Amino acid sequence: MNTPLVEMKNVSIAFGGVHAVDDVSIELHAGEVVGLLGHNGAGKSTLIKMLSGAYKMDSGEIWIEGNRATINSPRDSRSYKIETIYQTLALADNLDAASNLFLGRELTTPFGFVDDSRMEAETRKIMARLNPNFKKLKEPVAALSGGQRQSVAIARAVYFNAKILIMDEPTAALGVHETAMVAELIGELKKQGLGIFLISHDTREMMDLCDRVSVMKNGKMVGTERVEDVTEDDILSMIILGKNPKASS
Amino acid sequence: MSDNSTTGSPHNAPQKRSFLQSLEVDLRLLGMIGAFFGICIIFNILTDGRFLTPRNIFNLTIQTVSVAIMATGMVFVIVTRHIDLSVGALLATCTAVMGMLQTAWLPQVFGLELGHPLIPWITILAGLITGALIGAAQGWLIGYQAIPAFIVTLGGLLIWRNVGWHMTDGATIGPLDKTFILFGGINGTLGVFWSWIVGISATGAALLAMWSGRNAKVKHGFPVKPVWAEITMMAVISTIILGFVATLNAYAVPERVVARNPSLYGCETAEGCVVAYGIPYSVLVLIAVAIVMTVIALRTRLGRYIFATGGNPDAAELSGINTRLLTVKIFAMVGVLSALAGVVASARLGYHTNDLGTLDELRVIAAAVIGGTALSGGIGTIYGAIIGALIMQSLQSGMAMVGVDAPYQNIVVGAVLVLAVWIDIQYRKRVGAKS
Repeated sequence: MNTPLVEMKNVSIAFGGVHAVDDVSIELHAGEVVGLLGHNGAGKSTLIKMLSGAYKMDSGEIWIEGNRATINSPRDSRSYKIETIYQTLALADNLDAASNLFLGRELTTPFGFVDDSRMEAETRKIMARLNPNFKKLKEPVAALSGGQRQSVAIARAVYFNAKILIMDEPTAALGVHETAMVAELIGELKKQGLGIFLISHDTREMMDLCDRVSVMKNGKMVGTERVEDVTEDDILSMIILGKNPKASS
Repeated sequence: MSDNSTTGSPHNAPQKRSFLQSLEVDLRLLGMIGAFFGICIIFNILTDGRFLTPRNIFNLTIQTVSVAIMATGMVFVIVTRHIDLSVGALLATCTAVMGMLQTAWLPQVFGLELGHPLIPWITILAGLITGALIGAAQGWLIGYQAIPAFIVTLGGLLIWRNVGWHMTDGATIGPLDKTFILFGGINGTLGVFWSWIVGISATGAALLAMWSGRNAKVKHGFPVKPVWAEITMMAVISTIILGFVATLNAYAVPERVVARNPSLYGCETAEGCVVAYGIPYSVLVLIAVAIVMTVIALRTRLGRYIFATGGNPDAAELSGINTRLLTVKIFAMVGVLSALAGVVASARLGYHTNDLGTLDELRVIAAAVIGGTALSGGIGTIYGAIIGALIMQSLQSGMAMVGVDAPYQNIVVGAVLVLAVWIDIQYRKRVGAKS
């Protein structure tokens, strides 16, 4: 295979003596969905937060498209076309959809003022594509339903032409219909050549959506397998026992 | 009427809208203005019509300016979930610096003689820089060192009040420069002609802004107000601006004041010389501050980040906003505004005194909160804070005019503060439940 889109090599981070992520390596290719599985506290979210710039790793390297990357802040991460949809959605509840979509990257007029009309028009366009039922453009996002809030968070990632997308529990707060919409979107983005890291607890969902799954336990990488090579039971035993049955057999 | 609300946006089905909805007036703003007028009318009745005279409205206006200037900055502080208890003390340190500069340091150390035309401007600039530096230092402690704002500014309250005292050896400094005191209020006004010019230009600018705002909406195909609603709003705003100017212009300079120096008012002799005050310079300063702060809040990235940080600090951080530097900027802004308020306050007295601005921090916070700024963060408006300051001041001077004893005045003001916040919470609950 050609150069991976993202390569995290021997990454470690500790919080006050606790090795949240311990010497983990993982790679992601263009047009691929890689799932991260594991118990709560296994280190999945911590691992991707180093990629999205929320945490600074203690040791290890990140390579983006074959080049060594330095990611010290969310802004750095964005400059490598990495977009993250956080479990908490990271929305400012008091602002409207357009302000949230462009937060930190506002469109401005030639005089340097924020151009609310243009941002609202752009938001309308992208929302028409992602969630045609989305109408509440003027309201603070606090007034939106879980699914609508999710689509604002997704729109933020999609609008800025991400190459690498990180989705932390994207369907946790959603209903059946909205979950299907997210799955469809993941398929579409994959076709466009994006690389996607997906975090979820739902093993079955992961088997459907991902090309490969990586299982973590206690901050260590248990193993990475192609979904067609393993059964759901294999994955479950990796999560619970922390051992890769394929590797030992 | 072929308004664009139906043609411009197909997804916005035409629906019956109430009168107020069509006007797109903020209900909370309407409530505050209603409360303000209610207070004015009650006091006017209780004082047999002495409250709503041009003279009293003029005084009320210039008494409000200092607190209102600081309150606009306090909005940003409270919106980002901080608090600033040091504004009154900071004001005193800045006026001490400005007082000492113009009466002692500049004349004695730099050899500028008293009354030199540069003195007031150097002084004001130095005062603003002092405020900015102290504010930025406090912001750094809060943003970068993560000391709670309450503690940093509580310390600041004790420190800066007494740094000012130390600089002046506790003495009252003055009289202040002749040009400097023009910013105090009654000592410096525009006069009738220029007041009308300012009033008419302001009206023109407001109408132009509303019209171009409407056009921008039409261009993007957004729904707009019906034309009649637009015209009603324009009429209301023009009436308010021009009515305010007319009121200030109706306050004639007392004859004995004219008699002291008729030439100052463009008359040969005091005989038959009728002149009015018009808009005080200090009010122009407040208006300029209000406009700049509103533009920052609504039209700049800085303002957007302030509100985003207040709404969700983590989201702001993850969106790449440097929230720590933002904190420094906000507190530096409050510092500058405290210094500016200090210019107005000391110029109004004509002296720097050590108790200048005492308890102002509480008045400023109360003004911002009465004006609808939520202590939980993320919500607040500049105009609200200014109306809040006006409400506080009119309550206080109204009660003084009626003859309520000072302790009772404070009891009422305290009760009003709590009541205002309670009403605001109830209002938000209702609105939140509906949407």
